[in-house]
Amino acid sequence: MAKLTFKTDKCKGCGLCVDACPKGVLALAQDKINQKGHHPVEAVNEAACIGCAFCATMCPDCIIKVER
Amino acid sequence: MAVVFDKPHALADVPLHYCPGCTHGIVHRLVAEVIDELGIEGRTIGVAPVGCSVMAYDYFNCDMIEAAHGRAPAVATGVKRSDPENIVFTYQGDGDLASIGMAETVHSAARNENITIIFINNAIYGMTGGQMAPTSLPGQVTQTSPYGRDTSLCGFPIKVCEMLSQLDGPEYLERVAVNNVKNVKNAKKAIKKAFENQVNGKGFSLVEVISSCPTNWGMTPKKALEWIDEKMIPYYPLGVYKDRSAEK
Repeated sequence: MAKLTFKTDKCKGCGLCVDACPKGVLALAQDKINQKGHHPVEAVNEAACIGCAFCATMCPDCIIKVER
Repeated sequence: MAVVFDKPHALADVPLHYCPGCTHGIVHRLVAEVIDELGIEGRTIGVAPVGCSVMAYDYFNCDMIEAAHGRAPAVATGVKRSDPENIVFTYQGDGDLASIGMAETVHSAARNENITIIFINNAIYGMTGGQMAPTSLPGQVTQTSPYGRDTSLCGFPIKVCEMLSQLDGPEYLERVAVNNVKNVKNAKKAIKKAFENQVNGKGFSLVEVISSCPTNWGMTPKKALEWIDEKMIPYYPLGVYKDRSAEK
């Protein structure tokens, strides 16, 4: 079980983390808009997270903290 | 719980101005991670270019200087020579390094200046709105080549690593990409080696990073990363182009 923390207000909704995740943990929140006006990323299936940090490796804005 | 991944200290905790999905942010982070790992933040001085990454001086916690367009290697030469204890790096795009700053790039390489250059090649002028760059691919559609780059009119792209590898000066030249997790990890290794070379007094190290520009390429961030695999890497093959420490 791993823990993901997002700096949601800095997310630009590019989705590179969503594509990088091998377990389908992440999705862009289509029902939310952050203060920058983007649909931010959220963990929709955090229980499946293996803490590989592929999402954080591909995040251009360094908004993801991964703990395991 | 152990922290697997967090923002490196050398990267400032501010929002980056780059477009969504622009891989400049990944390369900024890799440079900051390397500065952290080598423990050199206090004596590192970065030189920012003109281009999309012009505001890089706001994004690193080490000291930063803004150079005139293309002159970052010249400024870095001065900073390094005035106090060789400094670790000096430049962070330049293709419009800065491969176009207006070509003379400074070539001559600092020929002199084997003990500096580190991070060169972002995204095959387009990003900040000014997507005009053709010296590195734009043959046939690539840009604002100033709407029918595709015509090599009979505009010539061919400049392959910086291949060109500089013909010089006797440079210590280390490598081309990497940041379009998937594996390539990002390889890019980190190359950037770390480029900084280590400077710490060990070996000389001129340049890492060319194949990067994306989703906005000006007119693609989604995901499609832009795929386009790097399909178009950019076949024209700009990844790999080590010169490594004198391996030759010795």
